[in-house]
Amino acid sequence: MIKGLVNRIIPFSSVDGPGNRTAIFLQGCNFNCAYCHNPETINVCNSCGKCVSACNFNALQFKSLKVIWDSVACSACDECLKSCKRNSSPKAKSMTVEEVIAEIEKNKSFISGITVSGGECTLQSEFLTQLFIEVKKMGLTCFVDTNGSVPLWENKDLLEVMDMAMVDIKSFDNEEHKRLTGRGNTTVIENVKYLAKLNKIYEIRTVIVPEILDNYNNVDKISRLIVSLNPNIRYKLIKYRPIGVRPEIINSYTPEDEMMKELEKIAWHNGCVEIRIV
Amino acid sequence: MNNILEIIKNGTLTYEQKVLALARAAEDSIDVLNIKKDTQKLRDEGIICDLFEGHAPYRPRYIVPNYEKFMKNGSEFLGLTPPRDIWEATNSLLILYNHVPSISSFPVYIGNIDCLLEPFVINEEEAFHAIKLFLTHIDRTITDSFCHANIGPEDTKAGRLILRAERELQNAIPNLTIKYSADTSDDFAIDAINTALITAKPSFANHEMFSKEFDGNYAIASCYNGLTIGGGSYTLSRLNLASLAKKSENQDEFINVILPDAVDKMAGYMKERIRFIVEESGFFETNFLVKEGLIGKDNFTAMFGMFGLAECVNYFVDSSKLENRFGHGEIANNLGYKIIKKLETEVNKFNDPNCSITKGKYLLHAQVGIDSDMGISPGCRIPIGDEPELLQHILEAAKFHKFFPSGIGDIFNFDSTVKDNPEYVLDIIKGAFKNQMRYFSAYSTDCDVIRITGYLVKKSEMEKLQRGEQVLQDTVVLGLGAVLNQKVLSRKVRKND
Repeated sequence: MIKGLVNRIIPFSSVDGPGNRTAIFLQGCNFNCAYCHNPETINVCNSCGKCVSACNFNALQFKSLKVIWDSVACSACDECLKSCKRNSSPKAKSMTVEEVIAEIEKNKSFISGITVSGGECTLQSEFLTQLFIEVKKMGLTCFVDTNGSVPLWENKDLLEVMDMAMVDIKSFDNEEHKRLTGRGNTTVIENVKYLAKLNKIYEIRTVIVPEILDNYNNVDKISRLIVSLNPNIRYKLIKYRPIGVRPEIINSYTPEDEMMKELEKIAWHNGCVEIRIV
Repeated sequence: MNNILEIIKNGTLTYEQKVLALARAAEDSIDVLNIKKDTQKLRDEGIICDLFEGHAPYRPRYIVPNYEKFMKNGSEFLGLTPPRDIWEATNSLLILYNHVPSISSFPVYIGNIDCLLEPFVINEEEAFHAIKLFLTHIDRTITDSFCHANIGPEDTKAGRLILRAERELQNAIPNLTIKYSADTSDDFAIDAINTALITAKPSFANHEMFSKEFDGNYAIASCYNGLTIGGGSYTLSRLNLASLAKKSENQDEFINVILPDAVDKMAGYMKERIRFIVEESGFFETNFLVKEGLIGKDNFTAMFGMFGLAECVNYFVDSSKLENRFGHGEIANNLGYKIIKKLETEVNKFNDPNCSITKGKYLLHAQVGIDSDMGISPGCRIPIGDEPELLQHILEAAKFHKFFPSGIGDIFNFDSTVKDNPEYVLDIIKGAFKNQMRYFSAYSTDCDVIRITGYLVKKSEMEKLQRGEQVLQDTVVLGLGAVLNQKVLSRKVRKND
């Protein structure tokens, strides 16, 4: 039976797409963004055990060479995440589609749908497809929040059951994108073009990071791309916030509102209709 | 405030507030009700409380006139013919409001105002102007937050204009409820939510639930009280479950002996109050609202209030840990349910022929508390500070809502970022109503107008009062008391973590 590696499930989310959504975060990402605010979702736990001794609540134990997490004993103090040297979490759970559905079922009457995020959820596309098939049967919508690095045009089964995607274009410049994430952006942009043709893009997002990225160039180029595809696609400009980040690999700060307004103006001038600043 | 000279000299009271306080003092200077000695003891202990209804009730506490009838017929007593345009319609209503009695002397229900005004919305901008003046007039002259207007469930032009005006005006008065059903358009509901996130109103009433209980003929009055249109409630007393619990050795004694005895005494007290209004005060023989058929005795009932369930339950369980307390622990939650079920059974044993519309029964009401309640939660609410996560909170709270046709509600304080996604709140309301929640109020962290316990008050006005300045609306005093004694400003903020 296919299983997904789930970092956590938030029953009610107001910020992961339209309406109230259950947000499911999968473990594991193929990017390593300098500004990642949940770096513990990047790698899969290798049961090295460093976190076991860091835990003050006996919520982590070795059982047959694996680190096992006890959710009841856990106080969510996050000492385990702080002690982890490989950007991972001992709390990720391997779950079947049925197990995830059981969690969604509890919230069913309160939500418009689910959004699967990460990590990078499309790395577990087989699980994702099976999950969406079941969620659709519940009359709920299925969104993904993706970095766009997996060629989705090769995965028709997933696209058939996925309603909409929220895609990050972190930088328009391939070299800058590589510097920021560790990978180029060619596939990302191809995905955006392909999904836009299918009318399956809910929003494009760019994080604005002063002194690290060429923010003005990015917003200019990305907004032009959006307009060439469909000017009504929502473009979300996200202020970098130094929360949950790894300070040793990034030195930036939250951009001023004035800067955000200038960027909004650029996008608006290029023809974007739905611009959001958060 | 019983001292007459003290009222006269009180610098924080407006002229109007003094007149009303003096009238109350005059009424309370006589004793005409036949109150049994052991009932009076419970009153003295604050276990039975009539919420300042006065010693000689000369009008029903809550009056819910049939405004549709008034708009159709006009009023002979007031010398008004049926209105022909938006200006006449709003003018006629404002005149009638001035003559609708209540315990505060201000009307607690002012109509399903969108339906009343809709036939007169011809030119939308002109209607908007009239509606804005109408609402401003209400806010400045009905200086009491228990004044309540209804809109919905259908989407109307007038309803949209009322919401637009409220977003602009951001007044505390009137309180506003949208009757919400599956037939209410999402678009209208979103308009209502956008308004609530700016100015803490409207609240959402579960139209299907109320309609079923009141045969389709209900209004939401005062805080959130479901009552029959063309009638109302003679009286509301409340039972303090938190203090009553302390009179029992254990929960079995409480449920089987103490509670039934207190219910019997309070119901008897209510019956005596009703007897005086109906048989002695002459209200139903003389008031023009009765004579012109805008209200009738046959549509009146009475509200049996309760509060402090949380503290009552927590008294009987090991409440040192949050996980065991009311709203969290299974034992506590089950006990809460058992107490309310027993309360319903006991209240329903009582019969009062003056309440024919409710088959002689008093309706249960989860009372929202008063400013002087210290550390006792409204109705069946989970205490501020103990609130569980939103989903659990709604599911636990909703279990009690079916018992309280004459009013119960929960309030949720949303982070202001939710304004970008009002559909989020609508999804939650839909889910809550599917789970039998009766009444749902939302506001946002950055609203000036906030919902205290049921009524609305502006934070800025409370600050004024705290500085010793006069304020126009009497409910600001109650709001400030509740803020100081009940941590109203500390409600859990609902946002993503």
